[in-house]
Amino acid sequence: MSASVLFDAPGPRTIARHRVYSVVSVVALLALVALALWKLYDAGQLEYELWEPFVTPDYVEYLLVDGLLETLKMAFFSIIFAVVFGLVFGVAKLSDRAWVRWPAWLVVEFFRAVPVLLLMVFAFFLLAIGNGPLSSFWCVVIALTLYNGSVLAEVFRAGVNAVPRGQAEAAYAIGMRKSQVMNAVLLPQAVKIMLPAIISQMVVALKDTSLGYYILAPGLTAVAKPIYLEFNNQVPAAIVITSLYVVVNLILTWIATLVQKRLVGEKSPLELSRVGNLQGGDNTA
Amino acid sequence: MDAVFSSFDEYLAAFGLTIGLFVVSGIASLVWGTILAVLRVGPVSVLNKAAAVYVALFRNTPLLMIFIFVFIAMPVLGYNFKFVEGFEIAGWNVSAFFFRACLALTLYTSAFVCEAMRSGVNAVPLGQAEAGRAIGFTFAQSMSLVILPQAARAVIPPMTSVLIALAKNTSVAAAFGLAEATATMRGFTNDNADQRIGIFLAFAIGYIVVVEVISLSSYLVERKVKVAR
Repeated sequence: MSASVLFDAPGPRTIARHRVYSVVSVVALLALVALALWKLYDAGQLEYELWEPFVTPDYVEYLLVDGLLETLKMAFFSIIFAVVFGLVFGVAKLSDRAWVRWPAWLVVEFFRAVPVLLLMVFAFFLLAIGNGPLSSFWCVVIALTLYNGSVLAEVFRAGVNAVPRGQAEAAYAIGMRKSQVMNAVLLPQAVKIMLPAIISQMVVALKDTSLGYYILAPGLTAVAKPIYLEFNNQVPAAIVITSLYVVVNLILTWIATLVQKRLVGEKSPLELSRVGNLQGGDNTA
Repeated sequence: MDAVFSSFDEYLAAFGLTIGLFVVSGIASLVWGTILAVLRVGPVSVLNKAAAVYVALFRNTPLLMIFIFVFIAMPVLGYNFKFVEGFEIAGWNVSAFFFRACLALTLYTSAFVCEAMRSGVNAVPLGQAEAGRAIGFTFAQSMSLVILPQAARAVIPPMTSVLIALAKNTSVAAAFGLAEATATMRGFTNDNADQRIGIFLAFAIGYIVVVEVISLSSYLVERKVKVAR
């Protein structure tokens, strides 16, 4: 239902009234922005010294290399491992054997219901603290792999189920075995359907890497702290770091939409139950 | 798990705070998110765009950054919300920490509530909106009397996902000085390093119970109000 059916095509009086509403809301929004800017100015947060670190080459490099790059690396590794995890458990959940299906179901449900931060803290205490074998970087990756992998397991299952039934039937008819049907027919088809969902899951992983802040992992939120502690520029630092996240996420969302249009078409056949998706709501942008 | 059982009241208090954060910011985000959804489908195009920008911005910002804004950046501008500590609701004093955590969670979650609500509005059959218009309802009337109540029935499954995500997201408050479940688990693990697997399982089970209660109640509500088609 598009917005136009919610109200009649406006007549002259309604058009005039809407014009008044528009003007009033523009004024109100501008007032809000002006108030915010004035507050920033009043608190001295618009002064050049506070913003200077973000145009100084050394700090820009620090932000981009120690911050953004580490964040992207964490997200990248998490998604790669999560795809493997999701593939294994997604296929296991489709298995005909109950002793494979139920444990896989249990693992997937468990990691979807537990907060990522709790997993991170647990991995941190188990593997990093004391003479643990892993750095907190990898603890973030492990926690994100388990969570996103469980979400992707559902994506894989839905993707395989979304392949038209006839394809599996045809494959059985020409004498393929069950594993051949899965590997040669269903999975390649399903990957195409799932690709946009995997890319948008990367947005989720990228946003969640920020939680590494709590276990002293590297990344954008970690580089923010020394900067605002040194220059006492909390507001500019938060604004800059947030914009970096938003820009990268918008790029990823844009890629996902592009892939969706190229490979899948306008309507996604994946209807997932999105229980426990940290991003909330839609998976496919 | 001995550590958890020997200080079980602390465990319960931690989940009490988690549930408190969930309930307060859940209600607030449902209200604010619905307002945003109405703005997004409403006739004033300036407000459409403003709400769309809000949603795009907050959906793509990590929750932790919003917490940093509210807890670290806003006090610099003179907003520390200490005044809420003066209020007393039924014998409970609201702490500024609790208020700020709810503010951050609400700002974030309402963007997702708005998107879920909008998909619900799209699921309302065309004829219902037309019927509303046919008996002369204004936009505000058809929205509040027809579209939103109908949308609310269709929107329960996606809204449940949003609320479950919110329940899990309350854990982020741990990084900002609230002794909710995740922070308490960290404390427990710190003090009893030999029992960390048991402690983790105890807290994981707590969260699973919270999540299952939410999805069970949503299932019951859905069964009750579902549209028979």
